[in-house]
Amino acid sequence: MNENEMTSPGYEIPPELRHQVTITTLERIYNWGRANSLWPMMFGLACCAIEMIATAASRYDLARFGMEVMRPSPRQSDVLIVSGTVTKKMVPQIVRLYNQMAEPRYVIAMGACASGGGPFKEGYNVVSGIDKFIPVDVYIPGCPPTPQALLNGLIALQKKIKRQSLRDLPWYQKGPAEPIPVPVLGPDLMDPRKFALIREVTHRQAVQDQQEGEVAHE
Amino acid sequence: MSEAVPRIAQIPNLVDLFPDKVQPDTRPGYQGYLVGREHLLEVVQRLRDEYGYDYLSSVTGVDYLPEGKMEVVYHLYKTLGGPALVLKVQMPREDPRVPSLVPLYRGAEFQEREAWDLLGIRFEGHPDLRRILMWEGFAGFPLRKDWREPYFEEEAKPFKSRWPEGFVFRAEDRNPFGDNVQYPPGFDPETWTPPDDEAIYRVLKRASEEDDLHADTLVVNLGPQHPSTHGVFRMVVSLSEETILDLKPVMGYLHRNHEKIGERNTFLQNMPFTDRLDYLCSMSNNFGYALAVEKLMGVKPPERAEYIRVMMAELTRFLNHIFAIGFLLNDLGAYFTPALYAIEERELILDIFEAVSGSRMMCNYFRFGGVARDVSPDILEKVRRLVYDRLPRKVDEMDEFLTRNEIVRERCEGVGVLTAEQAIANSASGPVLRASGVPYDVRRAEPYSIYDRLEFDVAVRYHGDIYDRYLIRLDEMRQSLRILQQVVRDIPEGPIMTGKPQYQVRVPPGEAYGRVEGPKGELGFYVVSNGKPNPWRYHVRAPSFINLTSLVDMARGAKVADVVAILGSIDIVLGEVDR
Ligand code: SF4
Repeated sequence: MNENEMTSPGYEIPPELRHQVTITTLERIYNWGRANSLWPMMFGLACCAIEMIATAASRYDLARFGMEVMRPSPRQSDVLIVSGTVTKKMVPQIVRLYNQMAEPRYVIAMGACASGGGPFKEGYNVVSGIDKFIPVDVYIPGCPPTPQALLNGLIALQKKIKRQSLRDLPWYQKGPAEPIPVPVLGPDLMDPRKFALIREVTHRQAVQDQQEGEVAHE
Repeated sequence: MSEAVPRIAQIPNLVDLFPDKVQPDTRPGYQGYLVGREHLLEVVQRLRDEYGYDYLSSVTGVDYLPEGKMEVVYHLYKTLGGPALVLKVQMPREDPRVPSLVPLYRGAEFQEREAWDLLGIRFEGHPDLRRILMWEGFAGFPLRKDWREPYFEEEAKPFKSRWPEGFVFRAEDRNPFGDNVQYPPGFDPETWTPPDDEAIYRVLKRASEEDDLHADTLVVNLGPQHPSTHGVFRMVVSLSEETILDLKPVMGYLHRNHEKIGERNTFLQNMPFTDRLDYLCSMSNNFGYALAVEKLMGVKPPERAEYIRVMMAELTRFLNHIFAIGFLLNDLGAYFTPALYAIEERELILDIFEAVSGSRMMCNYFRFGGVARDVSPDILEKVRRLVYDRLPRKVDEMDEFLTRNEIVRERCEGVGVLTAEQAIANSASGPVLRASGVPYDVRRAEPYSIYDRLEFDVAVRYHGDIYDRYLIRLDEMRQSLRILQQVVRDIPEGPIMTGKPQYQVRVPPGEAYGRVEGPKGELGFYVVSNGKPNPWRYHVRAPSFINLTSLVDMARGAKVADVVAILGSIDIVLGEVDR
């Protein structure tokens, strides 16, 4: 089914009602409304946030796409633009913010850092991309991405939303969604979903160290 | 007056003043004096009280692993001007302890905490020695030379896997967790108990018991996700009703390990990383780093390059200040309109940066001994039109709309006052220092590049409140335009680089401290080279990090709604605060 067929209702409108009445599917009008009023969260992490501000300002004018309403509260926003380097110290807060956003919610990884660690990837306090913790819808390359690139990414997100079906999106199913477990700061960042792995590897290392110690002793 | 000038420039001979307590640092390429740690407080106190070294610019540590030593390096200045007096304290690596300088200079507070956090140097007598950039409980001291990060590959770049062999792999594939983490052997996450991260709430001052009102103290966290903290900055305040009793800044949410990465990089590879320190002012960051390394290498850029450098640095200052004013107004509640005006001008300057360097924000434009590309005549023409015509008009426009505005004055005058004595003791710099009545500007106090030839005034204001910090930015923008007008008038033709452009520069062993007057304050780079292609130590003296020391003094007694404006008037950028 191509997009045209998918979105045309297959129903004749009586001639006298043409130009006054349009018939469409619920899904289509719903998605159309959602896609054109995406409210980003006012959430800046690092250098990329400055380009995000520039995108919202007059020369690039985010308002043309219905996105100028930046909300400082996660409860009121639809899209989380992760604009900058995600550090281990910050990631618990980001996951918490994501959990607090009302569904449907989308995430854009803006820039090299948010997508995969970027120039600072090797750093001991840097998370290699926010997608290790929360699902990402659109990745925007660049360091920082130009405002045009950010706009392109937002348009890509709009296109994605317009193609979604209410029937199989997780947030239109029955029952509440599971929140993402918030990472914990220990000797290093700990993802609660990986506790078993952590225990296994550190145990193996301890045994290895012990054996090596014994060998050195002999 | 004429004889006072050389006196200021003179550094007293400490060996004569403090025989047996101080010796000159005789390592080749090093300067300053070594002080025994038991004498440090005494020596520094006398230098401060009798010799006028009232300004502690930078405190940092160096790990000399091969010699088994740790060293703490202090750079002292006089606010009257003149070169640095460098003091060093050496100690064995196993027992890194020094007396804290916080009782003498409050500005040492954050820098000593940072050295404790990253190098594990214990400062005895520090009032609040907690980790500052990493969190309590983090394993290890990352800037020590024998500490390895989870994605460790090799000691120094270029890594063999990239060049010359070129078998690149993903760092994730080599880490047993498939992620950028590591844990001590035998570590069990289930039985692990978090260390005391409530400590911060205990050091906060509360309402005193004797207070007969029996008012409760309310503790409020602002940030790290807060629309007016200019990024991921967190403040913990204790309130009595609406008045602030105490405030503790919490940073590190954007700590990107600049220095650890910088010590693995080659010298030139660090240039693009400096862009990302204060990401609004990449050109001035380049400037400071280039100066430090050029000091070590002993090269000087040609005349045209000097002019181009100053041009870019002053455009950056203009851009930063107009942005800062716009966002200060945002914090005052003028939601986005002034900021939009500011961003419009900023875009015009970014166009110039993009034309010369290829990138709007991350310019990576300076090279050791020059700049990367020449400025073409049309770009120069564009700059000329901006600095003679458009930008002066815009400054006047801002001035006209805002300066006499009733609301701006009500909210800013007399709020967030920092006295001159506090500003000096807190090592504040840049507009924050000058708005408190201290006319200290590195461009005049210790001129670098061609600033000694240019005509401009050091702007100074005397009340130290938010309003003066706003006004001083207007003044400085006007002075920057004055400098720019001279630069575009006088810029000579000629080469833009001394020697051939090189990927791998030769840097002789030694240390250097290069500092510039960045838009936010004194931006210093402390670089130690051991003759290898990578710096042994690379430290950034970040002005907005140290200016935050003054936040408590400004905020105490103010209302909680004002703290947002006070923070805006300090003008921080988190990339530089946390590095
Ligand atoms: S991708 Fe580049 S510009 Fe963006 S946050 Fe990372 S380092 Fe900064």
